[in-house]
Amino acid sequence: VYHHTSSIFPLNYPGSSGVEILDAKTKDKLCFLDKVEPNATIGEIKSMFHKSHPQWYPARQSIRLDPKGKSLKDEDVLQHLPVGTTATFYFRDLGAQISWVTVFLTEYTGPLVIYLMFYFRVPFIYAPKYDFTTSKHWVVHLACMCHSFHYVKRLLETLFVHRFSHGTMPLRNIFKNCTYYWGFAAWMAYYINHPLYTPPSKYTCTYVFIDTTQCAIFFCQIGNFSIHVALRNLRPPGSKTRKIPYPTKNPFTWIFLLVSCPNYTYELGSWLGFTLMTQCLPVAFFTLVGFIQMTVWAKGKHRSYLKEFRDYPPLRSPILPFIL
Amino acid sequence: MSAAAPGTSKAAHSEVGPKKKKGPGALATAYLVIYNVVMTAGWLVIAVGLVRAYLARGSYHGLYYSIEKPLKFFQTGAILEILHCAVGIVPSSVVLTGFQVMSRVFLTWAVTHSVREVQSEDSVLLFVTAWTITEIIRYSFYTFSLLNHLPYLIKWARYTFFIVLYPMGVTGELLTIYAALPYVQKTGLYSVTLPNKYNFSFDYYTFLILVMISYIPLFPQLYFHMIRQRKKVLGHIEDYSKVE
Repeated sequence: VYHHTSSIFPLNYPGSSGVEILDAKTKDKLCFLDKVEPNATIGEIKSMFHKSHPQWYPARQSIRLDPKGKSLKDEDVLQHLPVGTTATFYFRDLGAQISWVTVFLTEYTGPLVIYLMFYFRVPFIYAPKYDFTTSKHWVVHLACMCHSFHYVKRLLETLFVHRFSHGTMPLRNIFKNCTYYWGFAAWMAYYINHPLYTPPSKYTCTYVFIDTTQCAIFFCQIGNFSIHVALRNLRPPGSKTRKIPYPTKNPFTWIFLLVSCPNYTYELGSWLGFTLMTQCLPVAFFTLVGFIQMTVWAKGKHRSYLKEFRDYPPLRSPILPFIL
Repeated sequence: MSAAAPGTSKAAHSEVGPKKKKGPGALATAYLVIYNVVMTAGWLVIAVGLVRAYLARGSYHGLYYSIEKPLKFFQTGAILEILHCAVGIVPSSVVLTGFQVMSRVFLTWAVTHSVREVQSEDSVLLFVTAWTITEIIRYSFYTFSLLNHLPYLIKWARYTFFIVLYPMGVTGELLTIYAALPYVQKTGLYSVTLPNKYNFSFDYYTFLILVMISYIPLFPQLYFHMIRQRKKVLGHIEDYSKVE
């Protein structure tokens, strides 16, 4: 659909520009916006484009200068871009979008609820004679508390701590992410709460062992939370600025001296503790897969820190001090 | 699955018009040519072995035993192709190639080799035949492509034979897995039960059923992908040599 107001008047209307938006793939003219202020932002242009094409809300618009180039940011101002009196932008549909907050809340609520269903031995999971019974092993109760605490913490952090750089992600991610989190939660919970669960043997692993792993888990949970708060405080509300994180007065943040993404380091520590505490192979698998994914993310983050900041501390490793 | 999807991603990159592509170096090309020639030869050995055994016995039952060793050797050798993608000398997706090769290796070792009772089934001959013809064509296709002298006949065969061979192979594979089920259930093959100190369990019988079910979404996707590739590749008669 090509919108164009009849123009007997020249396009270079003093103080405003014309903006045309073409499809990045077919190069079709999708929209022409006249009378756009030079100090308009890409975000405002996206809103204008949305009016003429209501099916493409701003979050799913990718506007770029070049059909194959990088997306322009919402904050970019029209007059600071290398365009002529009529700006030509290319549009790509990013597909249906969903907000990060929604995805996080959904993917974290699942494991919380699912694990509890297994813990309370809801019918149709185990043999009927075990319905609504609870395990006789102390470590199973402890594991439930740890797991539930962990996901409650994540939910609260999503609501009150995290500041997201991107508002949305593609819709299909919620199915992928929920399958991962919910699937693994069910798999772990099934064995830990199973009537035939084998707790750490009292000959090799004593209560001291279980208590130690519990302390390690708790330590790492606090560590992880401290890092999330420190990262939040780096960025004032509503802004998208990026700064190098440094150790603060909180001892749990001193790990920033050695590691770029200590939140992942602590997360790994928590799950290692949980694996040792429950002695459950599916938990070990979950820890391993999570570790691989977090390492990929940490390396990427580390690389972008190095690219963006010339004075980035050289002693730091992405996720494991000196190793990885 | 029996159709060779790894190569299709290669063909997917062939488009009309000149494209500046950084191919593998001279050493890598030489190695790949040797690899593909060896594989072509290997599968020819299997083909000849099948024919000779058939002529000798006068029936097509129990031919698996006559080609068991070369089949295992050359099918397992295909794992190298995953490495080729990972290292970058072959422009295919590691994940796609890995999936293809591992599903073949799974059928060869974890089903046919592991469950002796299915080795005399006719379904085994069905997929072995499909694999053999497919692989001979596929590896000679790669060989000729690397040497930049691809006879149209080979290209045509690669993108046409699969129409019959792919469903034939899938049928053979599914029937073989199905035949293995009762023996797996009876003997508890590769299964782990509770209680144990790892707090883990695995039921191979259920796993095989899930594998069979997974064919339902996967087979049509791969099949129609090949059909689309066929239209693209064979639709441009003038595009001979630069097909990777």
